[in-house]
Amino acid sequence: MTIIRFQGQDFVYEAPRTVLESLAEHGVEIPSGCRAGVCQSCLMRCLEGEVPAGAQEGLKPALVAQKYFLACRARPSSDLTVALADAEGLRQKARVLAVESLNQDIVALRLKPERPLDYRAGQYLRLYRQADLSRCYSLASVPELDDWLELHVRRIPEGRVSTWVHDQLQVGAQIEIGDSLGQCFYTAGQEGQTLLLLGTGSGLAPLYGIVRDALAQGHLGPIWLYHGSFTVEGLYHQAALQRLAEQFPNFHYVPCVDRASPEAQSLNARVGTVLEAAVSDHRGFTRHRVFLCGHPDMVKEARLKIFLGGASMAEIHADPFLPSGT
Amino acid sequence: MSLYQQLGGEAAVNAAVDIFYRKVLQDERINRFFSGVDMEKQAAKQKAFLTMAFGGPNNYTGADMRRGHAHLVAQGLNDSHFDAVVEDLGATLKELGVSDALIAQVAAVAETTRNDVLGK
Repeated sequence: MTIIRFQGQDFVYEAPRTVLESLAEHGVEIPSGCRAGVCQSCLMRCLEGEVPAGAQEGLKPALVAQKYFLACRARPSSDLTVALADAEGLRQKARVLAVESLNQDIVALRLKPERPLDYRAGQYLRLYRQADLSRCYSLASVPELDDWLELHVRRIPEGRVSTWVHDQLQVGAQIEIGDSLGQCFYTAGQEGQTLLLLGTGSGLAPLYGIVRDALAQGHLGPIWLYHGSFTVEGLYHQAALQRLAEQFPNFHYVPCVDRASPEAQSLNARVGTVLEAAVSDHRGFTRHRVFLCGHPDMVKEARLKIFLGGASMAEIHADPFLPSGT
Repeated sequence: MSLYQQLGGEAAVNAAVDIFYRKVLQDERINRFFSGVDMEKQAAKQKAFLTMAFGGPNNYTGADMRRGHAHLVAQGLNDSHFDAVVEDLGATLKELGVSDALIAQVAAVAETTRNDVLGK
């Protein structure tokens, strides 16, 4: 007898149904659309057991790596524990190691979780101020390189979580974090491909992780990182990124600012948006793998331009930083 | 062999979806209907549409088609726009080296959805 465990309950599975059909028969409705493995509405994640063959067809490699699957295509032959794709999993405690200023608006928050967090560089997690007050922040750390989790928190005026991190959080404090989430990360397998990363503001955080992860995994193709800000003061981690560019000839760091200034010139920063700079540096994006993080308008515009410039939709990974009130 | 198999199945859909969506977004006759939509979600819908038009597995019903396009019909979606999509679809397949005979079959499948899409 095969069992599907979902939300702590066991359901008997009978072939040849799909996981979607089987749960529906037990009165558990999973969101679904085409039921033909195309629309991906019924995306679920396998927490324990083997992902049934064929249930991951058409999914991005990032999703496959994390054992996501389509419930409408899954016909398990052994027990499975499954969760909805957007379920946030377990929360855990973490200790504050450091709160370091990166520029006038952004701090790096370093945390040591109670138990190791299973994550990929570029993913994000939920940071809790209280049980019912939390925000999502991207991870700038890389599990294989860093002993801590690092988040870049931009001060939002009246932001109830960001001002708490900036003004009140002390080293040694115990706080709560959620599980790692998101599909914006590097997957090995195409070492020669060009990687193109565009970020604005604290959207650098996941890109900083992805770049270091890709280099550590031996990516050989060109890696272009464009970081944009209104002024030079808004840029950060320039020294570390420039060192990385000296160490790895295939890595190119391009700071971009909206307004020209002597400081911008001394940094070799480009004047204009990250997208303008990327478009002028690349003749089309046909073979590129693309990561976009930061301002939603930038992400939207860049996704359109880069797709029309030849990048495959499946190769464009995006993480728009959506506002969540205060 | 079914139409879907002759075209190359899911691999053919994957090869066609980017080309097709790019044509639609650049087609001045119809791209206004696609402005402001989530591109990733839209790409998944394009894939579902291509799978259906290629004669592949799908469970879309006429009612789904009507519901999914009603807001566009309210914005003026009409036969000329439907024709433009079918034309872009044909051009996509031509680019992929599909024969005229098979393209005609795909167009005929797409044609069966016209009244539902346009809410007639």
